[in-house]
Amino acid sequence: MLPGWLIVAASFSYLLVLFAVAYFGDRRADQGRSIISNAWTYALSIAVYCTAWTYFGSVGRAASGGIWFLPTYLGPTLAMSLAWLVVLKMIRIARTHRITSIADFVASRYGKSHLLGGLVTIIAVVGTVPYIALQLKAISSGYGLLVGELGALRDGEGAVDSGWWTDGTLYIALTLALFTILFGTRHLDTTERHEGMVAAIAFESVVKLLAFLAVGIYVTFVLYDGFGDLYARAVAEPDLAGVLVFDGTGSIGYGGWFAHVVLAGLAVIFLPRQFQIMVVENVNEQHLRRATWLFPAYLLAINIFVIPIALGGLLHFGRGTVDPDTFVLTLPLAHDQAALALLVFVGGLSAATGMVIVEAIALSTMVCNDLVMPMLLHVRRFGLAARRDLTGLLLGIRRGAIVVVLLLGYLYFRLAGEAYALVSIGLISFAAVAQFAPAVLGGMYWRGGTREGALAGLSAGFAVWAYTLLLPSFAKSGWLARDFLDAGPFGIGLLMPEQLFGLGGIDNVSHALFWSLLANIGCYLGVSLLRAPTGQEASQGTLFVDIFRRGESVPTSFWRAGAEVRELLPLVARFLGERRTRDAFAAYARSHGLSGIDQLKADPELVHFAETLLAGAIGSASARVMVSTVVKEEPLGLDEVMNILDEASQVRAYSHQLEEKSRALEAATAELRAANEQLKELDRLKDDFMSSVTHELRTPLTSIRALSEMMVDDPDIDIDSRQRFLGIIVSETERLSRLVNQVLDLAKIESGHAEWHNTDLDMRELVQHAVETTAQLMRDRGAIVELALPDAVPSLRADRDRLLQVVLNLLSNAAKFVPVPGGKVWVSLGCDGERIRVDVRDNGPGIPPAQQGVVFEKFRQGGDSLSRPQGTGLGLPISRQIVEHFGGRLWLESTPGEGATFSFELPLASAAADQ
Amino acid sequence: MAKKILIADDEPNIVISLEFLMKREGFDVLIANDGDEAVQRIRGDRPDLVLLDVMMPKKSGFEVCQEIKSDPALADIRILMLTAKGRDTEVAKGLALGADAYMTKPFATKELVERVRELLER
Amino acid sequence: MMRKGLAGQRLVAVFLAGVLLFDFPLLSLFDRPLRVWGVPLLHFYVFVVWAALILVIAWIAERGAR
Repeated sequence: MLPGWLIVAASFSYLLVLFAVAYFGDRRADQGRSIISNAWTYALSIAVYCTAWTYFGSVGRAASGGIWFLPTYLGPTLAMSLAWLVVLKMIRIARTHRITSIADFVASRYGKSHLLGGLVTIIAVVGTVPYIALQLKAISSGYGLLVGELGALRDGEGAVDSGWWTDGTLYIALTLALFTILFGTRHLDTTERHEGMVAAIAFESVVKLLAFLAVGIYVTFVLYDGFGDLYARAVAEPDLAGVLVFDGTGSIGYGGWFAHVVLAGLAVIFLPRQFQIMVVENVNEQHLRRATWLFPAYLLAINIFVIPIALGGLLHFGRGTVDPDTFVLTLPLAHDQAALALLVFVGGLSAATGMVIVEAIALSTMVCNDLVMPMLLHVRRFGLAARRDLTGLLLGIRRGAIVVVLLLGYLYFRLAGEAYALVSIGLISFAAVAQFAPAVLGGMYWRGGTREGALAGLSAGFAVWAYTLLLPSFAKSGWLARDFLDAGPFGIGLLMPEQLFGLGGIDNVSHALFWSLLANIGCYLGVSLLRAPTGQEASQGTLFVDIFRRGESVPTSFWRAGAEVRELLPLVARFLGERRTRDAFAAYARSHGLSGIDQLKADPELVHFAETLLAGAIGSASARVMVSTVVKEEPLGLDEVMNILDEASQVRAYSHQLEEKSRALEAATAELRAANEQLKELDRLKDDFMSSVTHELRTPLTSIRALSEMMVDDPDIDIDSRQRFLGIIVSETERLSRLVNQVLDLAKIESGHAEWHNTDLDMRELVQHAVETTAQLMRDRGAIVELALPDAVPSLRADRDRLLQVVLNLLSNAAKFVPVPGGKVWVSLGCDGERIRVDVRDNGPGIPPAQQGVVFEKFRQGGDSLSRPQGTGLGLPISRQIVEHFGGRLWLESTPGEGATFSFELPLASAAADQ
Repeated sequence: MAKKILIADDEPNIVISLEFLMKREGFDVLIANDGDEAVQRIRGDRPDLVLLDVMMPKKSGFEVCQEIKSDPALADIRILMLTAKGRDTEVAKGLALGADAYMTKPFATKELVERVRELLER
Repeated sequence: MMRKGLAGQRLVAVFLAGVLLFDFPLLSLFDRPLRVWGVPLLHFYVFVVWAALILVIAWIAERGAR
């Protein structure tokens, strides 16, 4: 089909492009112009989740079970919906504590334990090295398909079966090791970020997506006539009916579906490579926002054509001839589309290499920091202490680890071949890393977890996983006797690995997930609750759980003693290199307002800083051990940690109180300001009132004084004038007394000191009386009064004199404003059973709308100066006060030119009636 | 020739007393009962002096004063403001608007006559 | 900060909705021999719900970013 040299050339050209991208990424990072500091790059790099297993295996899975390939992608979609809550917290914790791997995360959380870090590393290596082997196998068999005869492949066997030295896969593995070493361990960095590598991974994500979409479109729209056509043909084949319904194989059921969704959701966070890309390589927390939807969208896009390709393959080849895992390659090959097949192969190559590279970096960091370093610290402590510069040693360990991990993967691939243990490793691997979930999530949200609890949980979960998944996979591959699988160890049926304690009816992965997580969570919680956390655990627990709540006042470390700078600096320099260390310390000094390293004080904060720097390079547990060699202090007891935390929480509580108080103070100030405004307003009103009263008093006084003075000064004034003047004086004096009385009256009513003499009174009689009282006044003005009284009204309990005052006031007002001659006043009384109403209407000039509200204000008389009668301007305000006192209201209706109607109504049952 | 004096006030009794007082002192007396009428009278009859009440309907004494003083043709007309509101701010406002003198009600008749003569001799 | 709290609650709600929509018993309602535009109802349902969830997550996450 295709010549081997062409495929090899294409593969290595592709890898060269990858090198170029990574090199460019690193160059840009060194220049400070990062290309990965970009939400799109970040989201694309997370798609390293889609490996060759996805690329080839999804179609295979769909061909046998329909939509059963989907839980692997639905789980991550659901998990990413919570990423903004969970992963963000992991990123923040990792950044704060310079955590560089999931092993370090667990170790650091539970008191910086070497043992825990080592255990997590071992689980990760055991769980994922076979997964690497799977990627190599995918590359290898893809190569075989492209060079081999299609017919020869119908037995589903890879073409490569000659000596290992001629095996291109080995060279691929070695090239990948070289790439990983070049871009994964270029230098030691305290953050363990690899910008070039991430750029290359994002690039690979694009390549594999485009390649898969290309073959999908080819199959769906070129070979067939779209989705509808494919499905229509599939429906016609009874053989394919199983692909179209939920549980075509009828074995797993909805429980298994749910378990697979959960499993994939956990894996997308806890796979070492996912942790590396999502948490460690994250440049900016805000990038996570886009990843929460873009990564699921990527998964959706790469899966749209999975079922069409599976259907297309099955329709073309039939069942049982060609391995469905190879449909993406064999379909184009069968139609002589060599170029497309090559593109698909490159896409698969990118899916495989991306996974291998990131996994190798993540594993090498873990192996170095959590496995090898602790051993060196233990075994050759003095030897380590004697060496000046350890950066070379550290890099050496990492590079060695990368080569070993990849060679292990290659070895497993050669040994396992087509065995079940390799083919099914995808989900087995997922189940292994799911064991990290209780310790990690528990550690992020629960302060009570202890080192022993985490150890017990991880060990138990790992053991159950190995017993229920790993060993059976070995047995199915023929490496172990099947007896133990079919009858249980020593013939004990209850211990059958795939039907533990008789639990049957679910698939092996769901079965293993259930038992392993049960054991894991049970032991984690149970053992953690056996004792209270130690000081170390409590302090780390608080730092992890409260990462978002941590204010300035909470300590970041629990070192009590300081250490000499001249001891700390060389210690860090031995692992990070002299120049990098000096730079870091100098930056620290600057951020504390000091001019240089010489001025640094040897305080606990500096010790913590040094420890964090070291943690990035050698892991938190080792960093703690190294720093303690120069600090020399006894470990903190629980009481001391609790004291520190208490102090911190007291400070926090105190500052909270202060905030509360200052808020209360602000509120009080606002209230006072409002009250002050109100007082000012009242004061202004009082001033206005006083000013008005003064004016009203002075006006009559002016005439009185002027006229009296003139009469005193000039005895010759004729008798008529004297008579006139004296008349004016008398009337002005009356006006004065009336004013004084009314002002006092109003003041009394307003202040509530007025006396009310309530009696049962008949309003008919009262109105009648008022009209009679004003009869003379009306006659003087030439006005006619029309009175309309009902036959009877209910009696009302009120102060008779006061109400009379109101009616008189309204009548005299009317009298003042009616035209002379021709004045007319209508008075009517009515009752609707609840209220009694009095209307006084005149045919005067009326009151313009603008003035209608004003007439009820004090000292505001209506009318112009000529017609304005003798009045104080207090009559209506007082009347209104009286009516309102009895629970009624007084109002005015008027159209200018057509007179005015003043009305008031009083409730028959008045609340104030008995006062 | 006798000087003309305009009395602008809306209180009839005060007008009566002022009219009598001014006539007795030998002045010609004109009368206005509100602000508008006062302005008309001033423009039409050109009095030598106005006794101007502040609190009047239609146009307050302040407005009348401002209108007169801003018209150069009427600038030589003396204005004596009378008010029943004795607050200092009122006095200051009146003087600022160009009134020539200011008296609070109730006033001593002798004093008023003295101020009127004084203003007319200036 | 208020925003973040609200977005967080919305995301949890989306997560719960997703768990419900993608599992028994709701999923079983769509496992019928019907076809929408030629596509089996089950496949159509899963992909449409999936796309809708992604859109909602995108809306919540990107809105919070502004």
